[in-house]
Amino acid sequence: MSAIWLAVFGTIVFILGYRYYSKFVAEKIYRLDPNFVTPAHEFNDGVDFVPTKKHVLWGHHFTSVAGAAPIVGPAIAVYWGWGPALLWVVLGTVFAAGVHDFGTLVLSVRNKGQSVGTLADKLIGKKAKLLFLFIILILVLMVNAVFAWVISNLFIKFPASVIPVFIEIPLAIWIGYAVYRKKGSMLLPSIVSLIIMYGSAVLTSKIPALQIDLVSYFGGAEATTLFGLSGVSMAFFVWIVILMVYCYFASTLPVWKLLQPRDYINSHQLVIGLGIMYLGLVFLNPDVTAPMMNPDATDKSWLPLMFITIACGAISGFHGLVSSGTSSKQLDKETDARFVGYFGAVGEGFLALISIIACVTLFANAGDFKAAYSSFAAANSGGLGNFISGGAQLATGIGIPADIAATIIAIIVVSFAATTLDSSVRLMRYIIAELGAEYKLPTLQKAHIATTVAVVTSAALVLLPKGPNGFGSGGYVLWPLFGTSNQLLAAISLMLISVWLKRLGRNYLVTLIPMLFLLVMTVWAMVQQVIFDWAGVGGTDTNLLLFILGSIILIFAVWIVLIAFKELSNKDTPHNIDSKM
Amino acid sequence: MKGIEALKRMLQLYDEILSVNHRTEIARELRNEDDLFLLLCLSETLGLPNPAFYYTLELYPYMLEKFHDWHLRMGMEKSPLTGIRCC
Repeated sequence: MSAIWLAVFGTIVFILGYRYYSKFVAEKIYRLDPNFVTPAHEFNDGVDFVPTKKHVLWGHHFTSVAGAAPIVGPAIAVYWGWGPALLWVVLGTVFAAGVHDFGTLVLSVRNKGQSVGTLADKLIGKKAKLLFLFIILILVLMVNAVFAWVISNLFIKFPASVIPVFIEIPLAIWIGYAVYRKKGSMLLPSIVSLIIMYGSAVLTSKIPALQIDLVSYFGGAEATTLFGLSGVSMAFFVWIVILMVYCYFASTLPVWKLLQPRDYINSHQLVIGLGIMYLGLVFLNPDVTAPMMNPDATDKSWLPLMFITIACGAISGFHGLVSSGTSSKQLDKETDARFVGYFGAVGEGFLALISIIACVTLFANAGDFKAAYSSFAAANSGGLGNFISGGAQLATGIGIPADIAATIIAIIVVSFAATTLDSSVRLMRYIIAELGAEYKLPTLQKAHIATTVAVVTSAALVLLPKGPNGFGSGGYVLWPLFGTSNQLLAAISLMLISVWLKRLGRNYLVTLIPMLFLLVMTVWAMVQQVIFDWAGVGGTDTNLLLFILGSIILIFAVWIVLIAFKELSNKDTPHNIDSKM
Repeated sequence: MKGIEALKRMLQLYDEILSVNHRTEIARELRNEDDLFLLLCLSETLGLPNPAFYYTLELYPYMLEKFHDWHLRMGMEKSPLTGIRCC
């Protein structure tokens, strides 16, 4: 079967979802009012609160939420076959992510542009806010660890991508300064930067001497290096240390100096990456060689694990932070929320969709697919590499040589992951400082101490899990925990929207059902993994690190269930609702 | 010609989309600098000796306009100065 059919199916469902379901939600549930004075107008300060055209805001929202995560999750989840992954991405986007992103945007707009964390405090109480902070803390910790592993892994697998990725840093700083001092447009300098990066990618793909291959520098994969570490282990260790040192500096710099200009370049990369792969798909017209359901995927059941393996791309709590943190302050008209929030989620759905397509068309036949996805652990560690090779194969459809395309797609994924890592370490620093203020620990409120705590704990977490290549190579095992904490964050946001709708006397099933679904799946998956996989029950090996982290997340999940049950069964009249609602 | 116009409009929209975030951050950075400058201008009123007081006094009409938003941003719900009763 041609893979184009997968894209056609996804596109049709996305269009129907946007055209009909989001319209129903907008008119009957959230009841958007074109005359409502949005915070962008009410508090217009020219900085945070600025009315912005809906297409511009959608583009900004989409580029903020789309990153490496919607690529990695589906690339792993195709282990169970393309059927479950495709259905979850498509239906999750339509019925869960769209409603969630749209809902958090509307909820925030109706509450003076406040963020989900503040609204948790306002709608439920201080305990909910603390729970929210702890869940984000766990989430960003997982993001830091997993993405540090992702980047290190890609640098080792695709050494040609190292120089172009590092070239992006001085280029971004140059753009940041040029625009800040001269107030010019970023378009031209960022395109020049991109040309330099991709030009260097062509050179590094063709000239092996320009490939920074640490494994070969250390004498090969099997060589013994310092502390008895193998060549691969040492390479992982060195890359992780370099990344963490980079994160320390990057996350303490003002955002306009490095993060923002790099984000700008990455937005070009997102458009280019999606363009290359979808066009390549049309011209190459590859067959889907992977099975719809993988009969050999027996070591882990897709139910419930797939629903936490694919978080971003089906539903992600992180989107709620973007919706309520920045987009809600820039919404021109309340009715624009449907396009910005819901269609923003659809945009990410398209990214997840092409990730599935790239992985299921890569292999010559089902046998090769099953060999590459021989176990869930193999899918976790190799999924992203398969996506890059699959994406490169699609790119050959528009005439780009496979080796150069692989380097460019690796650069795109690493750039996304690096920006996520930088933002996430920065966010972790803020949360540590906020928790320091909450629990009266002034030392934690100092920027450099909070950053040090963030960087050291993240580095420790990524180095601790055991991997097939030894020390430092096992960070991928944290992926399900990342998915779980992201889903729990989404569940909290959906709970807040449900509470808000309930208090307004509206039908809240559209948010309650995805919330219950997420909570059931995450609690089920965590109970299964914590008790049967990580605690050592039933003869499996005990994994203390995952057991502890999984138990903490499980406790948070149960805590959310209890709060949700209490709040949604409460019949008291609310008093903390905006009168304008 | 129509095609070129359409291309120009598309590029403009694209640039606008990507610049939204950056514009916010640059505006925030500039506002932070302004906030610090306002604090320096108000230093005499706040009890800190200011050798340039005579000159900064001339800026008071402009500062008054910005004062209310400034003290809100600094985390003070009401005006901290008895001399300036903005709220």
